[in-house]
Amino acid sequence: MKNFAYTRAADAAHATNLIAQNGRAKFLGGGTNLVDLMRENIEQPDALVDVTGLPDQIEETADGSIIIGAAVKNSQVANHRLIREKYPFLAHAIVFGASGQIRNMATVGGNLLQRTRCYYFYDEAANCNKRSPGSGCDALEGFNRIHAILGSSPNCIATHPSDMCVALAALDATVQVEGRNGKREIKFDDFHRLPGDTPHVETDLQADELITSIEIPQNNFAVNSLYRKVRDRASYAFALVSVAAALEVDDGVVKNARLALGGVAHKPWRAFEVESFLTGKAATEENYRQAAKAELENAQGFEHNNFKIELARRTIVSVLSELTGNGEAK
Amino acid sequence: MNENQSVSISLNVNKKDYDLQIEPRVSLLDALREFIGLTGTKKGCNQGGCGACTILVDGETRINSCLALAVQYAGREITTIEGVANGDGLHPLQAAFVEHDGFQCGYCTPGQICSAIGMFSEFQNGLPSAVTKDVSAGAIEFSDEEIRERMSGNLCRCGAYVGIVEAVRETFAQEEKAR
Repeated sequence: MKNFAYTRAADAAHATNLIAQNGRAKFLGGGTNLVDLMRENIEQPDALVDVTGLPDQIEETADGSIIIGAAVKNSQVANHRLIREKYPFLAHAIVFGASGQIRNMATVGGNLLQRTRCYYFYDEAANCNKRSPGSGCDALEGFNRIHAILGSSPNCIATHPSDMCVALAALDATVQVEGRNGKREIKFDDFHRLPGDTPHVETDLQADELITSIEIPQNNFAVNSLYRKVRDRASYAFALVSVAAALEVDDGVVKNARLALGGVAHKPWRAFEVESFLTGKAATEENYRQAAKAELENAQGFEHNNFKIELARRTIVSVLSELTGNGEAK
Repeated sequence: MNENQSVSISLNVNKKDYDLQIEPRVSLLDALREFIGLTGTKKGCNQGGCGACTILVDGETRINSCLALAVQYAGREITTIEGVANGDGLHPLQAAFVEHDGFQCGYCTPGQICSAIGMFSEFQNGLPSAVTKDVSAGAIEFSDEEIRERMSGNLCRCGAYVGIVEAVRETFAQEEKAR
Protein backbone atom coordinates (compact mmCIF):
# COMPACT_ATOMS: atom_id res chain seq x y z
CA MET A 1 0.00 0.00 0.00
CA LYS A 2 1.21 3.46 -0.92
CA ASN A 3 1.64 5.70 2.13
CA PHE A 4 -0.63 8.71 2.63
CA ALA A 5 -1.27 11.59 4.99
CA TYR A 6 -3.97 11.05 7.60
CA THR A 7 -6.19 13.70 9.17
CA ARG A 8 -9.13 13.27 11.46
CA ALA A 9 -11.87 15.72 10.53
CA ALA A 10 -13.47 17.68 13.36
CA ASP A 11 -16.67 18.38 11.45
CA ALA A 12 -18.16 18.28 7.94
CA ALA A 13 -16.80 21.74 6.97
CA HIS A 14 -13.31 20.74 8.06
CA ALA A 15 -13.59 17.49 6.11
CA THR A 16 -14.81 19.09 2.86
CA ASN A 17 -12.14 21.83 3.12
CA LEU A 18 -9.41 19.23 3.44
CA ILE A 19 -10.75 17.30 0.45
CA ALA A 20 -11.06 20.47 -1.62
CA GLN A 21 -7.37 21.26 -1.02
CA ASN A 22 -6.19 17.95 -2.43
CA GLY A 23 -7.59 16.37 -5.57
CA ARG A 24 -6.05 13.04 -4.59
CA ALA A 25 -7.54 12.86 -1.11
CA LYS A 26 -10.41 10.63 -0.08
CA PHE A 27 -12.79 10.40 2.84
CA LEU A 28 -12.23 7.43 5.16
CA GLY A 29 -15.09 5.75 7.02
CA GLY A 30 -14.76 2.32 8.56
CA GLY A 31 -12.17 1.37 5.94
CA THR A 32 -13.66 -2.06 5.29
CA ASN A 33 -13.70 -1.48 1.53
CA LEU A 34 -11.25 1.39 1.01
CA VAL A 35 -8.35 -0.12 2.98
CA ASP A 36 -8.74 -3.35 1.02
CA LEU A 37 -8.79 -1.47 -2.30
CA MET A 38 -5.72 0.53 -1.28
CA ARG A 39 -3.86 -2.64 -0.38
CA GLU A 40 -4.66 -3.94 -3.89
CA ASN A 41 -3.51 -0.59 -5.37
CA ILE A 42 -6.93 -0.09 -6.97
CA GLU A 43 -7.28 3.08 -4.90
CA GLN A 44 -4.14 5.17 -4.37
CA PRO A 45 -5.07 8.33 -2.49
CA ASP A 46 -2.37 10.77 -1.28
CA ALA A 47 -4.37 11.64 1.80
CA LEU A 48 -7.23 10.25 3.85
CA VAL A 49 -9.67 12.42 5.75
CA ASP A 50 -11.16 10.35 8.55
CA VAL A 51 -14.85 11.20 8.92
CA THR A 52 -15.76 8.59 11.52
CA GLY A 53 -15.78 11.31 14.19
CA LEU A 54 -18.72 13.06 12.52
CA PRO A 55 -22.29 12.78 13.87
CA ASP A 56 -23.30 9.17 14.51
CA GLN A 57 -26.82 9.57 15.86
CA ILE A 58 -30.11 8.07 14.74
CA GLU A 59 -32.92 10.55 15.33
CA GLU A 60 -36.65 10.65 14.75
CA THR A 61 -38.07 13.98 13.62
CA ALA A 62 -41.43 15.42 14.68
CA ASP A 63 -43.06 14.19 11.45
CA GLY A 64 -41.82 10.62 11.98
CA SER A 65 -38.90 10.65 9.55
CA ILE A 66 -35.71 8.99 10.66
CA ILE A 67 -32.33 10.62 10.15
CA ILE A 68 -29.28 8.40 10.28
CA GLY A 69 -25.90 10.14 10.61
CA ALA A 70 -23.40 9.06 7.95
CA ALA A 71 -20.88 7.87 10.55
CA VAL A 72 -23.35 5.50 12.24
CA LYS A 73 -22.07 1.93 12.09
CA ASN A 74 -24.12 -0.59 10.12
CA SER A 75 -24.73 -2.75 13.19
CA GLN A 76 -26.03 0.26 15.14
CA VAL A 77 -28.68 0.81 12.46
CA ALA A 78 -29.66 -2.87 12.45
CA ASN A 79 -30.04 -2.85 16.23
CA HIS A 80 -31.92 0.42 16.60
CA ARG A 81 -35.40 -0.04 18.03
CA LEU A 82 -37.07 2.35 15.58
CA ILE A 83 -35.48 0.66 12.58
CA ARG A 84 -36.37 -2.83 13.79
CA GLU A 85 -39.97 -1.90 14.48
CA LYS A 86 -40.79 0.49 11.63
CA TYR A 87 -38.47 -0.80 8.89
CA PRO A 88 -37.69 -4.45 9.72
CA PHE A 89 -36.43 -5.21 6.21
CA LEU A 90 -33.75 -2.53 6.57
CA ALA A 91 -32.47 -4.18 9.77
CA HIS A 92 -32.60 -7.54 8.02
CA ALA A 93 -30.85 -6.31 4.87
CA ILE A 94 -27.96 -5.01 6.99
CA VAL A 95 -27.44 -8.24 8.91
CA PHE A 96 -27.52 -10.18 5.64
CA GLY A 97 -24.45 -8.22 4.52
CA ALA A 98 -20.79 -9.01 5.23
CA SER A 99 -19.88 -10.37 8.70
CA GLY A 100 -20.46 -9.25 12.28
CA GLN A 101 -16.96 -7.76 12.47
CA ILE A 102 -17.35 -5.78 9.26
CA ARG A 103 -20.82 -4.49 10.20
CA ASN A 104 -19.31 -3.14 13.43
CA MET A 105 -16.73 -1.15 11.46
CA ALA A 106 -18.59 -0.08 8.32
CA THR A 107 -20.37 3.27 8.30
CA VAL A 108 -23.67 4.07 6.63
CA GLY A 109 -22.06 6.66 4.35
CA GLY A 110 -19.34 4.22 3.38
CA ASN A 111 -21.87 1.51 2.63
CA LEU A 112 -23.40 3.73 -0.07
CA LEU A 113 -19.96 4.33 -1.57
CA GLN A 114 -18.62 0.79 -1.54
CA ARG A 115 -17.31 -0.32 -4.88
CA THR A 116 -18.17 -3.31 -7.01
CA ARG A 117 -16.85 -6.80 -6.30
CA CYS A 118 -16.38 -7.54 -10.03
CA TYR A 119 -13.30 -9.76 -10.25
CA TYR A 120 -11.96 -7.79 -13.21
CA PHE A 121 -12.19 -4.51 -11.30
CA TYR A 122 -9.96 -6.04 -8.62
CA ASP A 123 -7.52 -7.62 -11.09
CA GLU A 124 -4.92 -5.10 -12.23
CA ALA A 125 -3.98 -7.35 -15.16
CA ALA A 126 -7.54 -7.24 -16.55
CA ASN A 127 -9.22 -4.54 -18.61
CA CYS A 128 -11.77 -2.55 -16.66
CA ASN A 129 -13.44 0.70 -17.73
CA LYS A 130 -14.24 1.44 -14.13
CA ARG A 131 -10.64 1.17 -12.92
CA SER A 132 -9.02 2.42 -16.09
CA PRO A 133 -11.52 4.30 -18.30
CA GLY A 134 -11.33 3.34 -21.97
CA SER A 135 -9.44 0.09 -21.41
CA GLY A 136 -12.43 -2.17 -22.07
CA CYS A 137 -14.46 -4.65 -20.01
CA ASP A 138 -13.14 -8.17 -19.59
CA ALA A 139 -16.28 -9.24 -17.73
CA LEU A 140 -18.36 -9.07 -20.92
CA GLU A 141 -16.68 -12.15 -22.37
CA GLY A 142 -15.31 -13.45 -19.09
CA PHE A 143 -16.62 -15.28 -16.06
CA ASN A 144 -19.69 -13.14 -15.44
CA ARG A 145 -21.80 -15.22 -13.07
CA ILE A 146 -22.11 -12.40 -10.51
CA HIS A 147 -22.74 -9.63 -13.03
CA ALA A 148 -25.62 -7.36 -13.99
CA ILE A 149 -28.77 -8.28 -15.89
CA LEU A 150 -30.45 -4.86 -15.75
CA GLY A 151 -29.26 -1.43 -16.87
CA SER A 152 -25.79 -2.51 -17.94
CA SER A 153 -23.88 -1.00 -20.87
CA PRO A 154 -21.31 -2.39 -23.32
CA ASN A 155 -18.76 -0.61 -21.12
CA CYS A 156 -19.55 -2.23 -17.78
CA ILE A 157 -21.67 -5.04 -16.37
CA ALA A 158 -20.61 -4.70 -12.73
CA THR A 159 -23.11 -4.72 -9.85
CA HIS A 160 -23.42 -2.68 -6.69
CA PRO A 161 -22.70 -5.00 -3.75
CA SER A 162 -24.72 -3.41 -0.93
CA ASP A 163 -27.62 -5.08 0.86
CA MET A 164 -28.53 -2.06 3.01
CA CYS A 165 -28.91 0.14 -0.07
CA VAL A 166 -31.52 -2.18 -1.57
CA ALA A 167 -33.85 -1.58 1.38
CA LEU A 168 -33.04 2.15 1.39
CA ALA A 169 -34.01 2.32 -2.30
CA ALA A 170 -37.39 0.75 -1.54
CA LEU A 171 -37.88 3.21 1.34
CA ASP A 172 -37.55 6.35 -0.82
CA ALA A 173 -34.67 7.50 1.36
CA THR A 174 -32.77 10.70 0.61
CA VAL A 175 -29.05 11.34 0.94
CA GLN A 176 -27.92 14.60 2.55
CA VAL A 177 -24.59 15.86 1.29
CA GLU A 178 -22.38 18.83 2.05
CA GLY A 179 -19.67 20.39 -0.12
CA ARG A 180 -17.89 23.67 -0.75
CA ASN A 181 -21.04 25.05 -2.37
CA GLY A 182 -23.25 24.16 0.54
CA LYS A 183 -25.70 21.42 1.34
CA ARG A 184 -28.10 19.53 -0.90
CA GLU A 185 -30.33 16.50 -0.85
CA ILE A 186 -30.22 13.67 -3.38
CA LYS A 187 -33.05 11.19 -3.90
CA PHE A 188 -31.82 7.67 -3.28
CA ASP A 189 -32.69 6.52 -6.78
CA ASP A 190 -30.63 9.38 -8.25
CA PHE A 191 -27.64 8.81 -5.99
CA HIS A 192 -26.12 5.78 -7.73
CA ARG A 193 -25.71 5.84 -11.50
CA LEU A 194 -26.03 3.32 -14.27
CA PRO A 195 -22.71 2.72 -16.06
CA GLY A 196 -23.47 4.19 -19.49
CA ASP A 197 -20.29 5.53 -21.08
CA THR A 198 -18.74 6.50 -17.73
CA PRO A 199 -18.76 3.46 -15.42
CA HIS A 200 -16.00 5.07 -13.33
CA VAL A 201 -18.50 7.75 -12.25
CA GLU A 202 -20.58 5.74 -9.82
CA THR A 203 -22.62 8.32 -7.96
CA ASP A 204 -24.06 11.80 -8.26
CA LEU A 205 -21.61 13.08 -5.59
CA GLN A 206 -19.18 15.83 -6.59
CA ALA A 207 -15.51 15.39 -5.68
CA ASP A 208 -15.73 17.71 -2.68
CA GLU A 209 -19.06 16.46 -1.39
CA LEU A 210 -19.45 14.44 1.78
CA ILE A 211 -22.48 12.34 2.76
CA THR A 212 -23.65 13.68 6.11
CA SER A 213 -26.85 11.70 6.70
CA ILE A 214 -29.58 9.51 5.24
CA GLU A 215 -33.23 10.38 5.79
CA ILE A 216 -36.04 7.84 5.67
CA PRO A 217 -39.42 9.53 5.28
CA GLN A 218 -42.28 8.43 7.49
CA ASN A 219 -44.38 5.62 5.99
CA ASN A 220 -46.81 2.99 7.17
CA PHE A 221 -46.12 0.25 4.65
CA ALA A 222 -42.69 -0.90 5.77
CA VAL A 223 -43.88 -2.67 8.93
CA ASN A 224 -44.85 -5.47 6.55
CA SER A 225 -41.57 -5.89 4.74
CA LEU A 226 -39.05 -8.56 3.88
CA TYR A 227 -35.49 -8.84 2.63
CA ARG A 228 -34.47 -12.02 0.87
CA LYS A 229 -30.96 -12.68 -0.34
CA VAL A 230 -30.15 -15.53 -2.71
CA ARG A 231 -26.47 -16.39 -2.73
CA ASP A 232 -23.97 -19.18 -3.35
CA ARG A 233 -23.30 -19.75 0.38
CA ALA A 234 -25.80 -19.63 3.22
CA SER A 235 -23.87 -16.85 4.93
CA TYR A 236 -21.18 -14.25 4.30
CA ALA A 237 -21.49 -14.02 0.51
CA PHE A 238 -22.62 -11.33 -1.88
CA ALA A 239 -26.08 -11.55 -3.44
CA LEU A 240 -26.73 -13.23 -6.75
CA VAL A 241 -30.18 -11.70 -6.46
CA SER A 242 -31.78 -10.00 -3.51
CA VAL A 243 -35.22 -8.51 -3.03
CA ALA A 244 -36.30 -5.86 -0.54
CA ALA A 245 -40.06 -5.48 -0.54
CA ALA A 246 -42.83 -3.89 1.48
CA LEU A 247 -46.49 -4.52 0.84
CA GLU A 248 -49.73 -3.01 2.03
CA VAL A 249 -52.86 -4.95 1.11
CA ASP A 250 -56.38 -3.73 1.79
CA ASP A 251 -59.30 -6.11 1.28
CA GLY A 252 -57.34 -8.25 -1.15
CA VAL A 253 -56.15 -5.27 -3.17
CA VAL A 254 -52.59 -3.94 -3.26
CA LYS A 255 -52.67 -0.48 -1.77
CA ASN A 256 -48.93 0.08 -1.78
CA ALA A 257 -46.06 -2.03 -3.10
CA ARG A 258 -42.40 -1.11 -2.74
CA LEU A 259 -39.70 -3.27 -4.20
CA ALA A 260 -36.02 -3.05 -5.02
CA LEU A 261 -33.51 -5.58 -6.33
CA GLY A 262 -29.89 -6.12 -5.35
CA GLY A 263 -27.10 -7.97 -7.14
CA VAL A 264 -28.60 -7.35 -10.57
CA ALA A 265 -27.46 -3.86 -11.62
CA HIS A 266 -24.83 -1.16 -11.29
CA LYS A 267 -27.08 0.43 -8.67
CA PRO A 268 -29.71 -0.76 -6.21
CA TRP A 269 -32.55 -1.39 -8.69
CA ARG A 270 -35.85 0.15 -7.71
CA ALA A 271 -38.53 -1.99 -9.35
CA PHE A 272 -40.87 0.77 -10.52
CA GLU A 273 -42.54 -1.56 -13.04
CA VAL A 274 -43.53 -3.98 -10.30
CA GLU A 275 -44.83 -1.19 -8.11
CA SER A 276 -46.94 0.54 -10.75
CA PHE A 277 -48.26 -2.73 -12.15
CA LEU A 278 -49.45 -3.95 -8.77
CA THR A 279 -50.92 -0.81 -7.26
CA GLY A 280 -54.71 -1.16 -7.19
CA LYS A 281 -54.64 -4.76 -8.46
CA ALA A 282 -55.64 -7.96 -6.67
CA ALA A 283 -52.90 -9.33 -4.41
CA THR A 284 -52.57 -12.62 -6.25
CA GLU A 285 -49.63 -14.73 -7.25
CA GLU A 286 -50.64 -14.44 -10.91
CA ASN A 287 -50.40 -10.64 -10.69
CA TYR A 288 -47.04 -10.90 -8.93
CA ARG A 289 -45.83 -13.10 -11.79
CA GLN A 290 -46.94 -10.59 -14.37
CA ALA A 291 -45.39 -7.74 -12.42
CA ALA A 292 -42.07 -9.57 -12.15
CA LYS A 293 -42.20 -10.38 -15.86
CA ALA A 294 -42.73 -6.72 -16.70
CA GLU A 295 -39.80 -5.66 -14.54
CA LEU A 296 -37.43 -8.16 -16.15
CA GLU A 297 -38.68 -7.62 -19.69
CA ASN A 298 -35.56 -5.73 -20.76
CA ALA A 299 -33.14 -7.83 -18.72
CA GLN A 300 -30.04 -8.94 -20.55
CA GLY A 301 -28.01 -11.91 -19.40
CA PHE A 302 -24.48 -12.91 -20.35
CA GLU A 303 -22.86 -16.31 -20.75
CA HIS A 304 -22.76 -17.26 -17.07
CA ASN A 305 -25.54 -15.21 -15.49
CA ASN A 306 -28.62 -15.84 -17.64
CA PHE A 307 -30.06 -17.81 -14.75
CA LYS A 308 -30.36 -14.59 -12.75
CA ILE A 309 -33.28 -13.38 -14.89
CA GLU A 310 -35.54 -16.27 -13.90
CA LEU A 311 -34.10 -16.24 -10.37
CA ALA A 312 -35.02 -12.57 -9.98
CA ARG A 313 -38.56 -13.20 -11.27
CA ARG A 314 -39.10 -16.09 -8.90
CA THR A 315 -37.63 -14.29 -5.90
CA ILE A 316 -39.91 -11.31 -6.49
CA VAL A 317 -43.01 -13.56 -6.67
CA SER A 318 -41.93 -15.55 -3.63
CA VAL A 319 -41.28 -12.51 -1.44
CA LEU A 320 -44.52 -10.77 -2.42
CA SER A 321 -46.49 -13.98 -1.81
CA GLU A 322 -44.97 -14.34 1.64
CA LEU A 323 -45.82 -10.72 2.44
CA THR A 324 -49.42 -11.07 1.23
CA GLY A 325 -50.72 -13.05 4.17
CA ASN A 326 -49.10 -10.64 6.60
CA GLY A 327 -50.10 -7.55 4.64
CA GLU A 328 -53.84 -8.08 4.91
CA ALA A 329 -55.79 -6.00 7.40
CA LYS A 330 -52.89 -4.05 8.82
CA MET B 1 -0.61 17.21 4.38
CA ASN B 2 2.65 15.37 3.85
CA GLU B 3 2.14 11.89 2.50
CA ASN B 4 5.48 10.48 3.58
CA GLN B 5 5.49 11.26 7.22
CA SER B 6 4.97 8.84 10.03
CA VAL B 7 2.91 9.86 13.01
CA SER B 8 3.13 9.46 16.77
CA ILE B 9 0.21 7.62 18.27
CA SER B 10 -0.60 5.85 21.49
CA LEU B 11 -2.48 2.57 21.42
CA ASN B 12 -4.11 1.18 24.53
CA VAL B 13 -3.90 -2.60 24.28
CA ASN B 14 -5.01 -4.91 27.07
CA LYS B 15 -5.03 -1.95 29.47
CA LYS B 16 -1.47 -0.92 28.66
CA ASP B 17 -0.39 2.14 26.63
CA TYR B 18 2.06 1.76 23.77
CA ASP B 19 3.61 4.84 22.14
CA LEU B 20 4.32 4.16 18.48
CA GLN B 21 5.90 6.04 15.59
CA ILE B 22 4.18 4.59 12.52
CA GLU B 23 3.11 5.43 8.99
CA PRO B 24 -0.65 5.95 8.58
CA ARG B 25 -0.79 2.96 6.22
CA VAL B 26 0.09 0.49 9.01
CA SER B 27 -2.91 -1.67 9.84
CA LEU B 28 -3.96 -2.21 13.41
CA LEU B 29 -3.10 -5.88 12.89
CA ASP B 30 0.47 -5.06 11.85
CA ALA B 31 0.80 -2.52 14.66
CA LEU B 32 -0.15 -5.21 17.18
CA ARG B 33 2.06 -7.90 15.73
CA GLU B 34 5.08 -6.11 14.26
CA PHE B 35 5.33 -2.96 16.36
CA ILE B 36 4.04 -4.06 19.78
CA GLY B 37 4.99 -7.73 19.53
CA LEU B 38 1.61 -9.16 20.45
CA THR B 39 1.51 -12.00 17.94
CA GLY B 40 -1.56 -13.76 19.32
CA THR B 41 -3.71 -11.92 16.80
CA LYS B 42 -3.24 -13.72 13.49
CA LYS B 43 -2.95 -12.61 9.87
CA GLY B 44 -4.94 -14.93 7.62
CA CYS B 45 -6.34 -13.45 4.43
CA ASN B 46 -5.52 -9.81 5.29
CA GLN B 47 -8.70 -8.72 3.49
CA GLY B 48 -11.49 -9.14 6.01
CA GLY B 49 -12.61 -12.54 4.79
CA CYS B 50 -11.34 -15.03 7.37
CA GLY B 51 -11.64 -13.37 10.79
CA ALA B 52 -8.27 -14.62 12.12
CA CYS B 53 -7.37 -11.01 13.01
CA THR B 54 -10.53 -10.37 15.07
CA ILE B 55 -9.98 -8.22 18.16
CA LEU B 56 -12.24 -6.29 20.53
CA VAL B 57 -12.47 -2.50 20.85
CA ASP B 58 -14.15 -0.26 23.42
CA GLY B 59 -15.19 -3.22 25.53
CA GLU B 60 -16.59 -6.05 23.43
CA THR B 61 -17.06 -4.70 19.90
CA ARG B 62 -15.43 -7.16 17.52
CA ILE B 63 -13.65 -5.88 14.43
CA ASN B 64 -11.22 -7.15 11.78
CA SER B 65 -7.89 -5.55 12.70
CA CYS B 66 -6.54 -6.19 9.17
CA LEU B 67 -9.01 -3.69 7.67
CA ALA B 68 -8.41 -1.13 10.42
CA LEU B 69 -5.71 1.52 10.20
CA ALA B 70 -3.86 1.78 13.51
CA VAL B 71 -4.08 5.60 13.45
CA GLN B 72 -7.87 5.38 13.50
CA TYR B 73 -7.75 3.47 16.79
CA ALA B 74 -5.41 5.73 18.74
CA GLY B 75 -6.71 6.24 22.25
CA ARG B 76 -9.35 3.51 21.93
CA GLU B 77 -9.43 0.58 24.33
CA ILE B 78 -8.22 -2.53 22.46
CA THR B 79 -8.40 -6.13 23.73
CA THR B 80 -6.54 -8.95 22.00
CA ILE B 81 -6.45 -12.68 22.75
CA GLU B 82 -3.57 -11.94 25.16
CA GLY B 83 -5.97 -9.83 27.23
CA VAL B 84 -9.10 -11.98 27.47
CA ALA B 85 -7.90 -14.33 30.22
CA ASN B 86 -8.34 -13.59 33.88
CA GLY B 87 -4.70 -13.43 35.03
CA ASP B 88 -3.23 -16.92 34.79
CA GLY B 89 -6.66 -18.58 34.54
CA LEU B 90 -8.19 -19.17 31.13
CA HIS B 91 -11.27 -17.29 29.97
CA PRO B 92 -14.20 -19.75 30.24
CA LEU B 93 -14.44 -19.81 26.45
CA GLN B 94 -10.74 -20.68 26.13
CA ALA B 95 -11.25 -23.57 28.55
CA ALA B 96 -14.31 -24.70 26.59
CA PHE B 97 -12.32 -24.68 23.32
CA VAL B 98 -9.83 -27.07 24.95
CA GLU B 99 -12.62 -29.21 26.37
CA HIS B 100 -14.55 -29.48 23.09
CA ASP B 101 -11.62 -29.70 20.64
CA GLY B 102 -12.55 -26.35 19.13
CA PHE B 103 -9.40 -26.37 17.01
CA GLN B 104 -6.78 -28.48 15.31
CA CYS B 105 -3.93 -26.24 14.11
CA GLY B 106 -5.10 -23.36 16.29
CA TYR B 107 -4.36 -20.57 13.83
CA CYS B 108 -7.95 -19.29 13.67
CA THR B 109 -8.54 -19.77 17.41
CA PRO B 110 -7.59 -16.30 18.75
CA GLY B 111 -9.93 -14.75 16.19
CA GLN B 112 -12.67 -17.28 16.93
CA ILE B 113 -12.50 -16.57 20.65
CA CYS B 114 -12.44 -12.78 20.37
CA SER B 115 -15.22 -12.97 17.78
CA ALA B 116 -17.40 -15.20 19.97
CA ILE B 117 -17.00 -12.84 22.94
CA GLY B 118 -18.08 -9.93 20.75
CA MET B 119 -20.85 -12.01 19.18
CA PHE B 120 -22.40 -12.88 22.53
CA SER B 121 -22.25 -9.27 23.62
CA GLU B 122 -24.16 -8.29 20.44
CA PHE B 123 -26.67 -11.06 21.11
CA GLN B 124 -27.25 -9.80 24.65
CA ASN B 125 -27.76 -6.29 23.31
CA GLY B 126 -30.59 -7.62 21.13
CA LEU B 127 -28.89 -7.32 17.73
CA PRO B 128 -30.79 -9.52 15.25
CA SER B 129 -29.03 -11.74 12.71
CA ALA B 130 -29.84 -12.98 9.22
CA VAL B 131 -31.51 -16.09 10.69
CA THR B 132 -33.58 -14.14 13.22
CA LYS B 133 -37.12 -14.58 11.91
CA ASP B 134 -38.71 -11.55 13.56
CA VAL B 135 -36.23 -8.68 13.87
CA SER B 136 -38.75 -6.49 15.68
CA ALA B 137 -39.16 -9.02 18.51
CA GLY B 138 -37.26 -8.41 21.72
CA ALA B 139 -36.13 -11.90 22.66
CA ILE B 140 -34.03 -14.08 20.37
CA GLU B 141 -33.28 -17.72 21.15
CA PHE B 142 -29.56 -18.50 21.54
CA SER B 143 -29.67 -21.44 19.11
CA ASP B 144 -26.92 -23.25 17.20
CA GLU B 145 -28.35 -21.71 14.03
CA GLU B 146 -27.84 -18.23 15.51
CA ILE B 147 -24.31 -19.12 16.66
CA ARG B 148 -23.32 -20.42 13.22
CA GLU B 149 -24.73 -17.43 11.37
CA ARG B 150 -23.19 -14.90 13.77
CA MET B 151 -19.80 -16.64 13.61
CA SER B 152 -19.73 -16.86 9.80
CA GLY B 153 -17.04 -14.18 9.60
CA ASN B 154 -14.55 -16.63 11.14
CA LEU B 155 -13.25 -19.44 8.95
CA CYS B 156 -11.59 -22.60 10.26
CA ARG B 157 -9.80 -24.45 7.50
CA CYS B 158 -9.28 -27.50 9.75
CA GLY B 159 -13.05 -27.68 9.95
CA ALA B 160 -13.35 -27.70 13.74
CA TYR B 161 -16.73 -26.00 13.53
CA VAL B 162 -18.61 -28.67 15.48
CA GLY B 163 -16.30 -28.23 18.48
CA ILE B 164 -16.31 -24.45 18.12
CA VAL B 165 -20.12 -24.27 18.16
CA GLU B 166 -20.22 -26.63 21.17
CA ALA B 167 -17.69 -24.52 23.08
CA VAL B 168 -19.50 -21.28 22.30
CA ARG B 169 -22.91 -22.75 23.12
CA GLU B 170 -21.77 -24.26 26.43
CA THR B 171 -19.92 -21.15 27.60
CA PHE B 172 -22.60 -18.63 26.80
CA ALA B 173 -25.72 -20.71 27.37
CA GLN B 174 -24.62 -20.86 31.00
CA GLU B 175 -24.20 -17.09 31.03
CA GLU B 176 -27.61 -16.70 29.40
CA LYS B 177 -29.19 -18.79 32.16
CA ALA B 178 -27.32 -16.91 34.87
CA ARG B 179 -28.74 -13.59 33.70
